[in-house]
Amino acid sequence: MREIVAEVKNLKAGYGNRVILENINFQVFKGEIFMILGGSGCGKSTLLKHMIGLYKPMSGDVIINGKSIVNTDGAGKREIMRSFGVTYQGGALFKSLTLTENISLPLEEYTGYPKDVIEKIAERKLELVGLDGFGDYMPSEISGGMAKRAGIARAMALDPELLFFDEPSAGLDPISSAKLDELILNLRNKTGTTMLIVTHELDSIFSVADRVIVLDRESKGIIASGKPAELLHESPNPFVREFLSRSDMKRKV
Amino acid sequence: MTHGYPKFTEFVGAATWKFLCDCADILAFTGELFAAACEAVRHPKKIRWRETLYYMDMCGSDAVPITLMICFLMGLILGFQGAVQMHKYGGDVYLAPLVGASIVKELGPLMVAIIATGRAGSSFAAEIGTMKVSEEIDAMMTMGFVPSRFLVIPKMIAMILVLPMLTAMGDAVGIIGGMLVANIKLGIPFEAYYNMTLWGVKPFYFFEGLTKSAVYAFIIASIGCMRGFEARTDAMGVGRAATSAVVTSIFLIAVADALLAFIFSSINES
Ligand SMILES: Nc1ncnc2c1ncn2[C@@H]1O[C@H](COP(=O)(O)OP(=O)(O)OP(=O)(O)O)[C@@H](O)[C@H]1O
Ligand SMILES: [Mg+2]
Repeated sequence: MREIVAEVKNLKAGYGNRVILENINFQVFKGEIFMILGGSGCGKSTLLKHMIGLYKPMSGDVIINGKSIVNTDGAGKREIMRSFGVTYQGGALFKSLTLTENISLPLEEYTGYPKDVIEKIAERKLELVGLDGFGDYMPSEISGGMAKRAGIARAMALDPELLFFDEPSAGLDPISSAKLDELILNLRNKTGTTMLIVTHELDSIFSVADRVIVLDRESKGIIASGKPAELLHESPNPFVREFLSRSDMKRKV
Repeated sequence: MTHGYPKFTEFVGAATWKFLCDCADILAFTGELFAAACEAVRHPKKIRWRETLYYMDMCGSDAVPITLMICFLMGLILGFQGAVQMHKYGGDVYLAPLVGASIVKELGPLMVAIIATGRAGSSFAAEIGTMKVSEEIDAMMTMGFVPSRFLVIPKMIAMILVLPMLTAMGDAVGIIGGMLVANIKLGIPFEAYYNMTLWGVKPFYFFEGLTKSAVYAFIIASIGCMRGFEARTDAMGVGRAATSAVVTSIFLIAVADALLAFIFSSINES
């Protein structure tokens, strides 16, 4: 039995009275790349934001490393949040700080290392995402793709064992997005970090994902889950086969 | 449903409810802020001093020219209006205490606060609102930070330190404005005006004015930040947050002014 890093149990979520997702159940195992797929507006970001504790679900639970993020508050919740990294759609870098300062911030807050050590670590993280030499740049001085990579570097500052990505390759050109996929795969192979990735980028599914779940807006839930290659041929749901075969075709062209 | 009365009651009810909700929100936010402030007092090392200095510069030194300009004009206007009325009743000598006391106790702190609301309060709201749109606040929370420690406390400290200083400067130029008018319009010599100001404006008035301005600073910073945090993440959200920060701050400043004027006058009498 593989170790479970994150688990969603009977999640029901939405905004106001409007239910977006219900009966969501899945587990993410240690060291895997897990992707959440689905058409636009089906609730992928909603699911992610509930998993990382930014919103409270209507019912159900989210367990991260054995602790419920739903039923914890205050300092305890911050403790859980600190144990994983999140990269946001636009990078979400702090605009008033340089890239190095952005990455140093969590280190300064939580480690108590001396300044030069922290700077070294920040430099190494930037190197890891191919941004060496950009440490003194402000977020406004770099491109969108670079900001995303810097966001990944910051999310990894404290070497979390679990990383969340919201649409890492949305809005990037095909080459940058392929490079990003490579980066994610490399990182997992080097550090063994578990990754949960929300995407509607079809290209990366087969090359990167170990397991996927597909969400659907109509049924407000998961309509397929498993290994991408298996789903492509065996999914009982024609929509899922169609969805995946398009991505498979694209990959082969 | 479309008859006049129900619609009117409905409207009043909805507006009242909204107002009450808003009051509750302000109260909750103040509580949260108070907790963050206590935390800051207990661990002064954890305060973001670099940001604090930045905001002191932005709300303080950058605002000096406009503040001095407006306070000077206000002194001129007040002096002019006062001179016309006082002269009618032969009270020329009392122009200096009138202008001095009004500026030091009321108008100085008030004008400076209104300028600061327009400059700093709205920009606080816009800044935090923009950070919300770009998910920076979310990022802060998932890094396990308490956003108010990074975003509110530095602004709060900066405002509370800087606004009374601006007010003191504004008071001084306002009195000079009044002095000029008195000299030109009524022919009162500068020295006489100066002496009458000293006679009429008690040190306690300064204390009153500066205390008020510290309270206004608290209101401006907290409402600016609060509206920023409340901003909706659509295109108009940030603009609306800035507008609402200004309107709410000015309203609360007026309320606080009335309360403080009452409190200080009862202290002064006793
Ligand atoms: N803050 C919010 N308040 C109210 N409704 C929201 C909010 N955020 C999202 N929604 C609604 O929830 C639904 C799902 O949105 P969500 O952002 O989770 O979709 P998504 O799958 O991430 O889509 P995309 O692929 O376009 O990013 C949408 O219909 C949206 O209108
Ligand atoms: Mg989304």
